[in-house]
Amino acid sequence: MANILVYALHYDGAINKNSLGAVSEGAKLAAELGGEAHAILLGESVPHDLAASLGKYGAKKALVAEGPEGLAQPLVDAMAAAITEGGYSYALFGGGLLGFEIGAGLAARLDAGVVMEVTAVRAENGELIAERPILGDSAISEVKYRSDVGIIIGRLNAFEIVQSDPAQPDAPVEELSFELSPHAQQATMLSRGEQRGADVDIEGADILVAGGRGLGKAEGFQLAEDLAAAFGSNAAVAATRAVVDAGWYPYAAQIGQTGKTVAPKLYLAAGISGAIQHKVGMQASENIVAINKDANAPIFEFSDLGIVGDLNKILPKLTEAVKAKKAS
Amino acid sequence: MKICVLVKEVPDAAVEKRLDPSTGRMDRSGEKNLNPYDTHAIEAAMQIREGGAVPVEEIVAVTMGPESAVRALHKAVSLGADRSVHLSDPAVAGSDVAATGYALAQTLQRESPDLVLLGQQSDDGECYTIGAVVAEHLRMPSLTQVIKMDVEPDALRCERQAEYGYDTVQVRLPAVISVGDAINEPRYPSLKAIMGAKKKPLDAVTVGDVGIDASKVGGDNSAAQWVAAKAPPAKAAGRIIEDEDTNETVEQIIAWLDERKLI
Amino acid sequence: MSAHNGSVAPAAFPPPVDSRKEFIKRGLDPEDELIEVGVAIVGGGTAGLACANRLLQLLADDPETLERLGEVPVAVVEKAKTCGGHNLSGAVMRPGPLQELFPEMTREDWRNEGFAFGEVTKEAVYLLPSARTKLRIPPPPPFKNHGNEVISVSAMARFQQRQAEEGGAYVLTETAATQLIVDDGRVVGVRSGDKGRGKDGEPLSNFEPGTDIKAHTTVLAEGCWGHLTGAAIKEFELAAGREPQVWELGVKEVWKVPKPLDRLIHTIGPWPLKLSSKYGQIGGTWIYPMKDAKTGEDLVSIGFVVDLEYADATTSAHDLLQQFKLHPLVKGILEGGERVAWGAKALPGGGYWSMPKLSMPGAVLVGDSAGMVDTVALKGVHHSLMSGKLAAESIYAALVRGESSLESYEQAVEDSAIGEELYEVRNTRQPFQRGFLQGGPLVNLMIATKGRFPGGRWSWHRNDAKPVFIGKTKDSYPKPDGKYTFDKLSSVFISGNATRDDAPNHIRVQNHVPREIAETWRWMCPAGVYEIPDDAPEHGEVDVIVNYTNCVQCGAITAKGGRLTTPEGGDGPLYQLT
Repeated sequence: MANILVYALHYDGAINKNSLGAVSEGAKLAAELGGEAHAILLGESVPHDLAASLGKYGAKKALVAEGPEGLAQPLVDAMAAAITEGGYSYALFGGGLLGFEIGAGLAARLDAGVVMEVTAVRAENGELIAERPILGDSAISEVKYRSDVGIIIGRLNAFEIVQSDPAQPDAPVEELSFELSPHAQQATMLSRGEQRGADVDIEGADILVAGGRGLGKAEGFQLAEDLAAAFGSNAAVAATRAVVDAGWYPYAAQIGQTGKTVAPKLYLAAGISGAIQHKVGMQASENIVAINKDANAPIFEFSDLGIVGDLNKILPKLTEAVKAKKAS
Repeated sequence: MKICVLVKEVPDAAVEKRLDPSTGRMDRSGEKNLNPYDTHAIEAAMQIREGGAVPVEEIVAVTMGPESAVRALHKAVSLGADRSVHLSDPAVAGSDVAATGYALAQTLQRESPDLVLLGQQSDDGECYTIGAVVAEHLRMPSLTQVIKMDVEPDALRCERQAEYGYDTVQVRLPAVISVGDAINEPRYPSLKAIMGAKKKPLDAVTVGDVGIDASKVGGDNSAAQWVAAKAPPAKAAGRIIEDEDTNETVEQIIAWLDERKLI
Repeated sequence: MSAHNGSVAPAAFPPPVDSRKEFIKRGLDPEDELIEVGVAIVGGGTAGLACANRLLQLLADDPETLERLGEVPVAVVEKAKTCGGHNLSGAVMRPGPLQELFPEMTREDWRNEGFAFGEVTKEAVYLLPSARTKLRIPPPPPFKNHGNEVISVSAMARFQQRQAEEGGAYVLTETAATQLIVDDGRVVGVRSGDKGRGKDGEPLSNFEPGTDIKAHTTVLAEGCWGHLTGAAIKEFELAAGREPQVWELGVKEVWKVPKPLDRLIHTIGPWPLKLSSKYGQIGGTWIYPMKDAKTGEDLVSIGFVVDLEYADATTSAHDLLQQFKLHPLVKGILEGGERVAWGAKALPGGGYWSMPKLSMPGAVLVGDSAGMVDTVALKGVHHSLMSGKLAAESIYAALVRGESSLESYEQAVEDSAIGEELYEVRNTRQPFQRGFLQGGPLVNLMIATKGRFPGGRWSWHRNDAKPVFIGKTKDSYPKPDGKYTFDKLSSVFISGNATRDDAPNHIRVQNHVPREIAETWRWMCPAGVYEIPDDAPEHGEVDVIVNYTNCVQCGAITAKGGRLTTPEGGDGPLYQLT
């Protein structure tokens, strides 16, 4: 029987979606191990009802701790205390910067094994085995823990959010008292969560509409921008090296061997042939849709949905249809 | 201020990365290079020194690696480090990120740095967290993925992009900061610096020299144990639509996106 | 206005470059700004490193002379990330010169070091009359390879680099030599390239200017085509009275194969080239077995070489290689295997009469820069090694005697196997300028009589002087399937090509030329550097798009109307097995 402690990041009154995924996953795994998943939240007067709501995702208890938000090291102190007192065998984190920092610090504190960028976890013979991609996603490594405590840090969006039973009662909330170590007090959050509109966050976008030579000219990118706008605020426009070289779009949007590597939920490639120099920058995308007038374009070999046709006809209609669908 | 920069020798980006199937460890027999992210860390150290806000007496490059890792140290020195330290010992071979962080922290202890800088990720390990491990062992504050750093009295004002946007955090020294590649544009070493690098002091140390408990490091002692490697799940073949009636095509696209909850 | 198809030659559109003005620096920077070395070797390839290896051997036994060379007795300047990164050859090597250079090594040692892949015990030469047929012929004397060793020059350079460094050389990788420094009629060193310039040459925030490397003696070992060598030849008139140099382009792949190849194979055409003299296509292929001593894997090196004097603009060595692979002879060898490397490189084909004068005040030329390839036997590696060794010995002798002239090196080359072998085949390739059918018999006669008949001096026409026309060679190229045949872009990818996105353009070529010239470049370039916009007119002048970041530094453009200059140090391919 093993219990799992799951880190839940919260901000502005809501739980981070990667943390919801982690709680869901933790609940599932704990059940397989014959134990329970408990969540832990840290902040300045964390609302108890927010913590309790994690019961819907399968947490059997929610621990709340008092401390500065948005920093990792106070959580290392809190979780180390909870794990030592509460006898947890695993600590689980959803994807995201803080999860990585806390998990790694915790591994050092507890002399525990840690695996990051985990994409899948399974229970076997009463213990957990973590899987993570390696070597640029070309292989998957399976890892076991030798230490008393195992730390699992998920990749972004790796764990599915599952509400086990909407009728599930809220999780009981318990206050955790712990001591903040001296070095955890050496960092002070001066300002958190600043939005910088001018920056196009290619790497963080859920949906990318990418344009290549097939757009014909710089003005062709208007079609891509319209489509991205139709998808909403979590969509951005990206570009291939060829069009950036030609000056049609800024370098900040370049995807590929040189340029950024992305793995969004949806990568819609318009007028992109799919040469390997570009492919290596986006092949890990969850869903790849390609529009190209050349049926022999290499991109059709690895796209999930390929449309052979004229993007000048398809994109505007698709934009309208997306807008309509979202409005309904 | 004394700055230590942690650097790592990694396979060159152009070399195809493979696993040795019998050990599960990366095949490192090909070309190697200084981890590109670490060049940003060295540049950051140089910019602190050249910025003049605080006097920097020494910039020391530190690495843990096999004999060939001296090349990474030479490169670090040609970029501006004053001397280097090389932890090279068969006992640490195959260490995972936690063991590596512990070994590096022990090596750093004897340098008593005010600031430890490193690249936020390495091309081969893909762990993104060694700074946090090192900081915990050194009992220092840590921040990763830092893309802007300003020197204040006894502290650094750092910026990074976290889950909800840009955070500005003040970190008091001594501290461990992992930098992202957006933080600066690394300089190119001059030929004079490249040729002079071999002459700068290089201190080779073993686990015994820096008080590392050998039972806590090395592939066999790693707490996270590699079990097997497998190929990623094969992707299902994609669907192709030939566009004849664009209205119909678009309908099919929407339906496809809807099925996958992408709309 | 619009040129007749077939009447324009690339030479009519010379690249916008003035070698002497741009690539020669007159005078050195002040002492405190420059670096001083004893012997500066430009190019860390087969010849350059052989020179370094030999020189250090000689200096090891002579501490007095070693000390006179100063803090840095030998420096090797190499533009690739590592020595071997830009090196490519077949290659089947005559073992003598390497054995002389490293006498304590056995051939087994060569294989364990990872640059040698087995002795040739069986061989075959084929004529290919068509895509499906082959005719085995007894190997003409130059093709006898028994006892030779299959090697990789890329891997060998890495080995030589290690030896050089252990011997005390400073090997400056990622460093391009962009200018030859001449003072008072003498070569006094080279200048390293700037780093951190943008697309238009403007200095970026991390701009680092190059440095003058002052050297007592300079060795130009840049391979084909040498950037500084080209400038030196003009400056010191080293080509006076010689035939022009001509080039060939080779595209190579290395394959992991399911069953070992048991013999060395050469094919000498005509398929897939066109027989017609109008097309002017001369070329051949090689298929060499390789046994990797470390992994036990069976590999095969396969390549297509075409003389760059052809007239059909659509001649593409890369595509011809893909087409060649479809012949049953090749399928029987490669099918079921996996491509593990690709690369391309030009080689000097002029031979004896085209070799420039090999020394000038303060400097010497070695290896392919000097054009020492025996293109009849398809052998140049052993000459490169030998010339590097001879250069080292001449330089050393001059140092010891306090002499400044290096002309003894020229005589040493002439008297050595290099001079002998190249003299024998001095006229043997020229008849092919008349085409395969017309030239063939004469070539055979020359081979049979070891160059004695017919004698004299046969001339070469410059590669870029041949008018080009848009022909039909491209019609037979296979469409790449990505598994057995490949397109240029995915090939460039596996060469490890890495170039900074905003690096400046290192290729000099006119941007607006007749369609035939643009097509020549587009098809010729194995890396897909030159493109013609989709909306360009079918006839007349067109714009040329230069995707210089794809460039793998093969050098072919210099033969056909352009001029390759050095990229920023560290850019370009990272060959390992070629």
